[in-house]
Parts: sequence; C-alpha cells; structure tokens
Amino acid sequence: MSAHSINAPSSRQKWIAGSLVVVYALVTMIPLVWIMLTGFKSPADAISYPPKWVFDPTLEGYVNLFTTRTRQTQEFLAANPPQHWADEIVRQYDMVIVGPSKFGERFLNSVIIGFGSTFLSVFLGTLAAYAFSRFKIPLADDLLFFILSTRMMPPIAVAIPIFLMYRNLGLSDTHLGMIFLYTAVNISLAVWLLKGFIDEIPREYEEAALIDGYTRFQAFRKVVLPQAATGIASTAVFCLIFAWNEYAFAVLLTSATAQTAPPFIPTIIGIGGLDWPAVAAGATIFLLPVMIFTILLRKHLLRGITFGAVRK
Amino acid sequence: MSDGTMDRVARATPPRVARKIKGMSDRAIAWLFVAPTIFLLLAINIFPLIWTIQLSFTNYRANRLNREVKNIGLRNYERILTDSDIWLNMQATAHFLFWTIVLQVLIGFALAYLINKNFRGSPFWTTVIVLPMMLSPAVVGNFWKFLYQPQIGLFNYIVSFFTGADPSSFEMLGQVNLAPWSIVIVDTWMWTPFVMLICLAGLRSIPDYIYEAAEIDRASKLRQFFTITVPMVLPFLMLAVLFRGIENFKMFDLVVQLTGGGPGSTTELTSINLKREAFEKWRTGYASAYAIILFVTVFGLASIYVKALNKVKER
Repeated sequence: MSAHSINAPSSRQKWIAGSLVVVYALVTMIPLVWIMLTGFKSPADAISYPPKWVFDPTLEGYVNLFTTRTRQTQEFLAANPPQHWADEIVRQYDMVIVGPSKFGERFLNSVIIGFGSTFLSVFLGTLAAYAFSRFKIPLADDLLFFILSTRMMPPIAVAIPIFLMYRNLGLSDTHLGMIFLYTAVNISLAVWLLKGFIDEIPREYEEAALIDGYTRFQAFRKVVLPQAATGIASTAVFCLIFAWNEYAFAVLLTSATAQTAPPFIPTIIGIGGLDWPAVAAGATIFLLPVMIFTILLRKHLLRGITFGAVRK
Repeated sequence: MSDGTMDRVARATPPRVARKIKGMSDRAIAWLFVAPTIFLLLAINIFPLIWTIQLSFTNYRANRLNREVKNIGLRNYERILTDSDIWLNMQATAHFLFWTIVLQVLIGFALAYLINKNFRGSPFWTTVIVLPMMLSPAVVGNFWKFLYQPQIGLFNYIVSFFTGADPSSFEMLGQVNLAPWSIVIVDTWMWTPFVMLICLAGLRSIPDYIYEAAEIDRASKLRQFFTITVPMVLPFLMLAVLFRGIENFKMFDLVVQLTGGGPGSTTELTSINLKREAFEKWRTGYASAYAIILFVTVFGLASIYVKALNKVKER
C-alpha cells in the first residue's frame, strides 16, 4: 500500500491496530514463557500457589533431565563427598547421580531422523518438482493431486499396515525406517512448494545453457539449482520442523532404539509424579531451536506457509 | 545386480550409446526424476492403504500371529457403523472441528485485518504470533496439562484472577463439561496464526485501485469492507478452513497428550479411538475398517468442499 493512497490507515487507526495485535502476541507468549521459567524452578516453586513469576533460579530441572539418580544412605553420602555442582544439587534430596538419562540419546535420534528425512525429501522433491515444472508428463495434474492427497490420511490409519510392514522388513524401531516414513509424509509438501519456486525461474536461462552445449543434467545442476537455493532452503526448514515435531508415528513405531524426543519428554518422571521442572527443561531445549529458526528465517517461512494459497 | 554384470554391460555398450545416455532425452530425465518420489509414495502410502482395505475384511489380530485369519466380509464395517460409542467419538470430533474452525477464522481474520494496517513493528509481532504453530503439539500439549492443573496451574490462576472464581473449583481436563473446551482452547492458541497468515496473504492480494474506485464512488468504509474485502478474502479463508479441517480431523498428538481422550470418552476423537482399537486392543481388522471409513469420510468431505471452493473462486 503506497503512502499516498487515499485509503491508507490514519496514524490513530495504526496505533489501535498495533496495540491490539501486541496484546494478543503477549498473551499468546505466556505459555511459552512459562515453559522456560518452569525449567529453572525448584519442584516446590513450580507447584506453588499463587504461581511465582519471581523465584530463585536453579538448574535442578536440567540436572534431573540429563541424569538418573538413586537415593542413598547417610553413611554412603558422608563417605562420598559431592564431586561437582550437579552432585551438590541432588544431594539436598539425599541422592547421588548414577548415570546419564535417556534424554541425550532421544534428542540425538530426533536430530538424526530429522536431518536424514529432510535431506532425502528435499533431494527427491527437487528432482520431481523440476520434472513437473519443465517437462510434459502425462497425467501430471492427476499425479500432483495424488501426491497431495496422500496427506489426507490420518497417521494412525497408515500406521497399522506400516507397523506390520516394518515388522516384516525389520525396519520397526530403526532410524532408517523412520527416515523413510517421514520422507514419504514430507515429500508431498516438498514437491508442491519446490514446483512453485522452480516455476518462477525463467526457462530462458536453461535454454541458453543448453544452446551453449550443456546437457539437461548440467543445466539443472549449474543453472536451476543455484537459482532455486532459497526455495530449497525454506522447503528444507519446513520438512525439518515437521519431522522434528512429529509424534503419532514416533510413539507407535519406535520404542527403545529410535525413539525421538516428543514421545520421550512427557514420560519424564520424578519422585512422586511428573517432574515438571525437568519436563519444562526438556521442552525448552527441544522447542528453542525451532523458535530461533522461525525468527531468523521469518521471511521465507511465512512465505512458504501461504504459498499454496497465494499461487492460485 | 552384481558388479560383474554392470561391468560387462559397460564394456558391451558402444561409446555412441554411452554418450547418448549421458545426454539423456528429456523424457528419460523426467521419468528418472519423478520415479523415486512416486515409488516412495507407492511403497509407504498406497501399498499400506491397499493392505488396510484387505485387512478390513478379516478378523486379523497383529498380536496373535498363530491365529487363523478368516475372511469375514463386511462384518467389521457393519459393527462400526452400528456402534453407538463410535457415534459419540464422531460427535466429539465434530464439536472439536466446528469450534476450532469458528474461533480460528474469527480471530485469525481479525488479526490479519489489524496487521494489514501496517503499523510500526508489524513484521516482528507477526513472527511472535506465529511461534506456537511451529512447535511440537505433543510437547506443548503435555505442558498445557500443567497450565490446566487446578489450584497450581497458571490457566486456572489467570481465570480466577479475572472472574474471582476459586482456582481449585474447576478442572479443565477433569470435568466432562469443560474438557471438550480445553482442547479447543489449546488448538486455537496453536493454529490461529495459520489462518491469520493465509488471510493476510488474501488481504495483501487486493489491489489498491479497487478501494480507490470505491472511494470515488463514495462507498462507505463499512460497505467497502463487505463488498470488497470480505469477498476478495473469502477464497483464501475457505482454503485455510480446508487445511485446518483436514488437519483437525486427523488430530491426535495434541489431544492425546492433553486429555488422553478423557474424562470418560468426552474428548476421545476418532483418531484416539482408532489408536486404542489398533494398538491397545489389537483388533487390527476392525481398526482397518475404521481407518478406511475415516479416510473415505475426509476424502469425500474434502472433495465436496473443494468443488464449492472452486465455485467461489470463479465468481
């Protein structure tokens, strides 16, 4: 909207609109801020009434998140003085750290499966999108619709046969199985987004390259790929966020070796019920990368979300 | 194929043909590029779907491998469609779908309308508002359970702060009349930004000159809103509703973490019910029939809706 437009909003209108949006944004942030605060509370502060905004920060939640602990007798505690700061924190409950918890492993699984499936879906998606964008493919529209319609199936509905199939193939509870599965879910979105980006690159560039003696393959690699780099990157972020957040397949198809963080975090148990500071610490570590990504890449991401709507 | 065979093929291929393969025809490249995607979708989406259809006619149980699998025809379908409990799950799903869509459309459109006034800092605040929808529904849903705790939960505290009600007098997740709303609130909190972004794209697609022409014709602001803004944004809004509708029909992670379907089965959406049948009771054949019914329902409703959407676009 240009500044000279006769229907540009007045400064008073802008002020009112701005304050309403800011109020909504602040309210919407309360749960997220609360997660981060709770991660630094002691269990007593976490469940105090009224809820505490100001408290003595402690790393107890983070220590509990990363370690397993056992209660010990007074004699044992007296004979073994605490080794470092984390030890001292758990000593107040007459406990000693006996080893790492599963959280690190689960987080690593999320990283491996997230990046693996993202790489695969973007790689395959770029190839397919290029083909759909540049070549006459028989039944192209039907194929594209078919690719998109696979998203309509409830994950649980697909999970039944995949569970059986993976059991027969030995893929259940493996990283590879989850990577293939997330790739299959993500690829429809990847093809649609990337086709949009590649459609925007003028064909003339490639045609010039072809005339210069490039093969199609070389033209694709040296002309199209660099031009589509931003689109590929933002598609990758979308795929990564989906794989990172996915829960239904993860909870049904993984247990011991390939379980990712989302099914694991809600199961963190402390003494006498859920250990909310530890849960909050885990949630913070898990959610923070996505929040930072979103803020850093906001322009591309926001464009990507509305892409399907804007293109038509 | 072993390496030996590949080598022999390479040696037997005359150089002229080899060059031709290197500069493959467009047709060959097109298929080479599309094939892996189609293959993956066939293997992990279509093949399982066909398998589900086949299983839905049997009494198969995935936890009893030695039991004889019998073909029982349409019995599973009959049992599902006449089961009154499943209609209760459908009702819970319908309640959830209806209210999340109504609230998200109203709030999302209002926010987009306000943001489109382009006040200072609007890009920053848009990003802040978008944050919840980027996060893991399971992890966030699990934490909302904490916010909803009676007495100690922040949600109850804030509600009682503004209404004066005792914060331990109501349980969002434990009370039959409140639990369906607890999941609507969290889903709305999470997904309103999505509707907002799509509405914003719609608002920004309206060319300025239309408003200028209306201004010259002395159309009032209210009239401009209802004759220009609303009809021009409507196709976008309907698309947002389609996406949210499909997503929420499949809803699983957020609600399973929040309420687990309870209390009783008041928030047991169809996906949660399906999970229970398939992976807790292990009635694989029955659950497969259930899955097919759900899929046909979504697909059917979505197709009808898309037809309506296209009509709106043509206008």
